[in-house]
Amino acid sequence: MRNLNVLFMLLLLSMFAACHPPEGCQILPILGNRDIQGTDTIYPVIPTFEFVDQDSQIVTNQTFANKVYVVDFFFISCPTICPKVKKQMLRVYKRFEQEPRLVLLSHTIDVRHDTIPRLKSYSDKLNVKTDRWHFVTGPEEDIYQIAGNYFSVAQKDPNSPGGFDHSGRLILIDEKRYVRSFCDGTDPESVDQFMKDIQCLLDEN
Amino acid sequence: MRIEGLLSFLLLTGFGLIHGCQSPFAQGQELYISACANCHMDDGSGLEGLIPPLNGSNLIISQPELLPCIVRMGMEGPILVNGVVYNQVMTPVSGLNDVELANVLNYIQYEWGDKNIFYSPTQIQRIVANCNEGTVHIKTEGME
Ligand code: HEC
Repeated sequence: MRNLNVLFMLLLLSMFAACHPPEGCQILPILGNRDIQGTDTIYPVIPTFEFVDQDSQIVTNQTFANKVYVVDFFFISCPTICPKVKKQMLRVYKRFEQEPRLVLLSHTIDVRHDTIPRLKSYSDKLNVKTDRWHFVTGPEEDIYQIAGNYFSVAQKDPNSPGGFDHSGRLILIDEKRYVRSFCDGTDPESVDQFMKDIQCLLDEN
Repeated sequence: MRIEGLLSFLLLTGFGLIHGCQSPFAQGQELYISACANCHMDDGSGLEGLIPPLNGSNLIISQPELLPCIVRMGMEGPILVNGVVYNQVMTPVSGLNDVELANVLNYIQYEWGDKNIFYSPTQIQRIVANCNEGTVHIKTEGME
C-alpha cells in the first residue's frame, strides 16, 4: 500500500513537472555586456553592415528596419552541423511564414566557394523567398567580425572538418538592433523555446 | 519504506525506458548519429531539396547493394528520391570498418527500409570490393 501511495505521488508530481502553466510572455532581456555611463546604461547594438544576398541585392541594417530578424552562420559544403541548423532555420521560417515582421539572415563563412549563384541555388532548393530569408556573402573579414557581435564564432580552421569553425547558434535581434535571445540551432527543443521568444518579441511591438 | 517505493519506481521506469528505446542495432544507431545524422538528420528525414531522406527512401529498398558503395565512395549527380530530385554531392564517409558499416546499414534498413534486408560484414567486404571506381552516379529513368 505504501509503495502504491508513493508511486501515485510521484506520478502526480511528474505530471505537474511535465505540463507548464499557460505560457505568458516575459519581456526578453537585452543581452551582452552593458556599459554604465553616468545614469545611462548602454547596451551593445549590432554595428552597421553591408552584404549582398542571393538575388545580388544589397543587404544592410536598413533592410531590417522595423523588423526583428534571426541570424546564423554556415557554409554550403559543411559536413558537420550546418544541415541540422538549416533544418531548424527552415522550421522557424515555416512557423513565421505569414509574419512579414520576421526575417531570416544566413551568412556564409566560405565566401570563396559560396558565390551568389550558389547561394541562389541553395535557397531555391529550400524553396524560400529572398525577402524573407537572405543568404548573404561579403568581405570575409566583415563576416568574421560581425559574427562576434552576434555572439557567434566564425573563422577559418584547417583542423575543423570542412576547414571552418563556427557555432551553430541562432540569434534573435530586435528592431533597435539589440540581441534579445539565442539558442542552439542543432537542438530542436532549444529552438522550440527560441520560437516562443520570437513570438513574445513580436508581441512586444 | 518510502525509499523502497521510490527505488522500485525508478527501477521500473528505468527498465521501461531502456527497453522502449533500444534498437537491435545499438552500435549502428550510435554510428549513424555520429557519421550520417548531421546531414540525413536523426530521424532520417533529410533536408528539403538539398539532402535526400533515408526514411522512406525507395532507393534503399530497391537497390540495397548500392549503399555500401555510396558510403565508401561518396555519391553525386541527380537522383530521384520519393518524387523529389536531388543533385548535390555526398563526400565519402571514412572511418567505418566493415563491421561498423554493416551495423549502420542494418540500423537504417531496420528503422526506415526493409527489415528483411541484412548485411553481414563479409557481404559488405564483397560488395565494397566490387564498387565501381569513383563516386556513385545513379541512373534514374526519365531524368537528365
Ligand atoms: C555531408 C553530408 C552527408 C553525410 C555526412 C552523409 N550523407 Fe548520404 N547523402 C548526402 C547527399 C547530399 C546525398 C545526395 C547525393 C546526390 O545528390 O547525388 C546523399 C545520398 C545518400 C543516399 C542515397 C539517396 C537516399 O536518400 O536514399 C544514401 C543511401 C545515403 N546518402 C546514405 C548515407 C549514410 C549511410 C551515411 C553515413 C554513413 C551518409 N549518407 C552520410 C549527404 C550526406
